Amino acid sequence: MATYQITVNGKRREVTTDPSTPLLWVLREDLKMTGTKFGCGVSACGACTVHLAGVAARSCVIPISHVGDRPIVTIEGIGQDSIGRVVQAAWVDTDVVQCGYCQSGQIMAAVALLKHTPKPTDQNIDESMGGNICRCATYTRIREAIKNAAAQIRKGDA
Amino acid sequence: MPGIRAGVLTSVFAMTVFGISALERAEADSATTAQGLAAWEQVYSVLIHPRCINCHTATSYPQQGDDRRRHVANVVRGRGGRGVPGLNCASCHQETNADSTGVPGGHNWHLAPLSMRWQDVNDQPLSSAAVCRAVTDRSKNHNLDGPGLLKHHEEEALVKWAWDPGRRPDGTMRTPPPMTHEQFVAATRRWVEAGTPCPPGR
Repeated sequence: MATYQITVNGKRREVTTDPSTPLLWVLREDLKMTGTKFGCGVSACGACTVHLAGVAARSCVIPISHVGDRPIVTIEGIGQDSIGRVVQAAWVDTDVVQCGYCQSGQIMAAVALLKHTPKPTDQNIDESMGGNICRCATYTRIREAIKNAAAQIRKGDA
Repeated sequence: MPGIRAGVLTSVFAMTVFGISALERAEADSATTAQGLAAWEQVYSVLIHPRCINCHTATSYPQQGDDRRRHVANVVRGRGGRGVPGLNCASCHQETNADSTGVPGGHNWHLAPLSMRWQDVNDQPLSSAAVCRAVTDRSKNHNLDGPGLLKHHEEEALVKWAWDPGRRPDGTMRTPPPMTHEQFVAATRRWVEAGTPCPPGR
């Protein structure tokens, strides 16, 4: 066991756990932040996506001992981000969600995409979101919501 | 007259000596080239091992595993070989191996540039001659000369990772290349000292 000081959504948190524990389980079990989901556990589905120092990261395969002092942003905190707020609004306006289980990961990946690619093409969306699986197959609405969010951001709403 | 005679004798002596030396030098060069080519084949056997060639693809994606299958999660090359926003190499691969989750890691994890592809577009390894030409082409290899290539093989973190590749998700160890890193560096040194010869052919 070891004690770690981590920053989650701007707040310092202390956790004592085994160094090999994946970040996902620290968030869900130790910090009770259950917005980030467990899907596959092998970084193949994207449901566990968070931002680690601004990079979309698969929290199910990153041990807590590898996090270091990099700030973590989860779905619970992404609304504090200007682009995150617009993406969440676009998700609601476009009625993307069906069962919703994968959507926190989808939104985190979409925000990472739009932060680097203000006007994403279909190819950009396919490449960046292609690793986020949706069992309900809401892909067409995800694409539409990303484009709507991008348009809102370009209009200056973010 | 004695001076002229002495000069002629000296010239004959010199021609004889240097003539033999040139022959010997040619034979020695031939032997050195042969040794260099043999050393290159050892280097090549490492370069086409899955731990190395999986990230030297000719396609838009990396590979993984000893069977060199396409990387999971629809990972793509992206700009600079580091994936794309939302799905970067660093989305999973950290600075060191994560043995508890089975994800390999190393400093600056990324795909080799397409100029350093060692496979064809059908994911088949290129020939020894083709890989050798690519590796020694300074317009493709970040302008590395022989000593630069040796230093790369000896010190580059991602090269050295191949001999410390960590555990698979099932807990078993990944397969390292077919010789030790020390043997790989020694083979590279012999190849470089021979002038980085490449085998003929395509």
